[in-house]
Amino acid sequence: MATDAQLFEWLCRMGDNALVLGHRVSEWCGHAPVLEEDIALANTALDLIGQTQLWLGLAGEVEGAGRDADALAYRRDVLDFRNLLLVEQPNRDFGHTMMRQFLFDAWHIEMLSALKGHDHEQISAIAEKSLKEVTYHAERSADTVIALGDGTEESHTRMQAALDRLWPYVGEMFLSDDTDRAVCDPAPLRAAFDARVNAVLAEATLTRPDSDFAHKGGKTGVRHTEHLGHMLAVMQFLPRAYPDAQW
Amino acid sequence: MVTVQPSVADVWEWLDAVPDPEIPVISLVDLGIIRDVAWQDDTLIVTVTPTYSGCPATTIINLDIETALRGHGIEKLELKRQLSPAWTTDWLSEKGRAKLEDYGIAPPQPAGGPQQCPHCKSQAVERISQFGSTPCKAQWRCTDCLEPFDYFKCI
Repeated sequence: MATDAQLFEWLCRMGDNALVLGHRVSEWCGHAPVLEEDIALANTALDLIGQTQLWLGLAGEVEGAGRDADALAYRRDVLDFRNLLLVEQPNRDFGHTMMRQFLFDAWHIEMLSALKGHDHEQISAIAEKSLKEVTYHAERSADTVIALGDGTEESHTRMQAALDRLWPYVGEMFLSDDTDRAVCDPAPLRAAFDARVNAVLAEATLTRPDSDFAHKGGKTGVRHTEHLGHMLAVMQFLPRAYPDAQW
Repeated sequence: MVTVQPSVADVWEWLDAVPDPEIPVISLVDLGIIRDVAWQDDTLIVTVTPTYSGCPATTIINLDIETALRGHGIEKLELKRQLSPAWTTDWLSEKGRAKLEDYGIAPPQPAGGPQQCPHCKSQAVERISQFGSTPCKAQWRCTDCLEPFDYFKCI
């Protein structure tokens, strides 16, 4: 049984993953290689921001200190963020963006499936709602990784480079501490993740890196990469500069 | 003063006249997002479920519901958000599905793609993108009449 403090921490982890990745993906809006991809990326970002509102909204209720989802998203600094290091990595090229999405989706879909039916009614409901959207994301990112991995020489090279660069951020998704175990331990989800990822990488003619070395420190907030602060500086500018701004 | 509470059936009828802000040919009731209408003492409780968690139309939908019901003289109103069971396109009404097709949007199919082109009714269709102009739609094209069209995603 999770304490309120653990529950708040865990909800921030879920919410911050969706928020940071949602913001990253939204950076493509107006810049994607073709219109259809631009729309697909914007839609994915929108789903993730919607999920953020649900997770961080609940986090604010559990905390009981009067902070809502907006306050948590816009008025915390880097060290308070609890997202995985993977999702704060910069977009680089379209290949990196889609590889990051694929690796995250493959974890996300297992995590949400495990949370659906959770004893905590609201967690279960948010997971059930999000799972429908994420199933769609996972289908698209896997298709894209296959199409580009098994595509031209250049697209293959770029996808392999993206996989090699991002693989060291996979391990953190399955690390667990007392906070995770109090709500839902991600460690047992690794086998299903590996099966899904291996099948897609094989079809994409991409080589899974040998080393399972994992960077960590994102979801515990101990050590984010340099990229998160820059991202927050952009994302939080408006509400920090104009605290009373209303739509 | 004695006021008579409108019946729940009347309220459903009023809500069936509120158009979806993105696809105005169908109503909020057709869309299947109104999950319950009930009186709790003198307060009307309308339970609404979002289509997609980030759909920007959600705020407008709540505003439209409130405006419509206030227009019918409802004073005490509460909108409740319900996430579970999650919205599914199975909840689209038959009337709504037919209106979508007339409007040029292929209604959702369990097979995962449109049954036919909403314009020329040809079954020779291909997918352009899994996503479209709103979270609930994907882009398809008819290979006979060559018209692109929206397909209402089946979830």
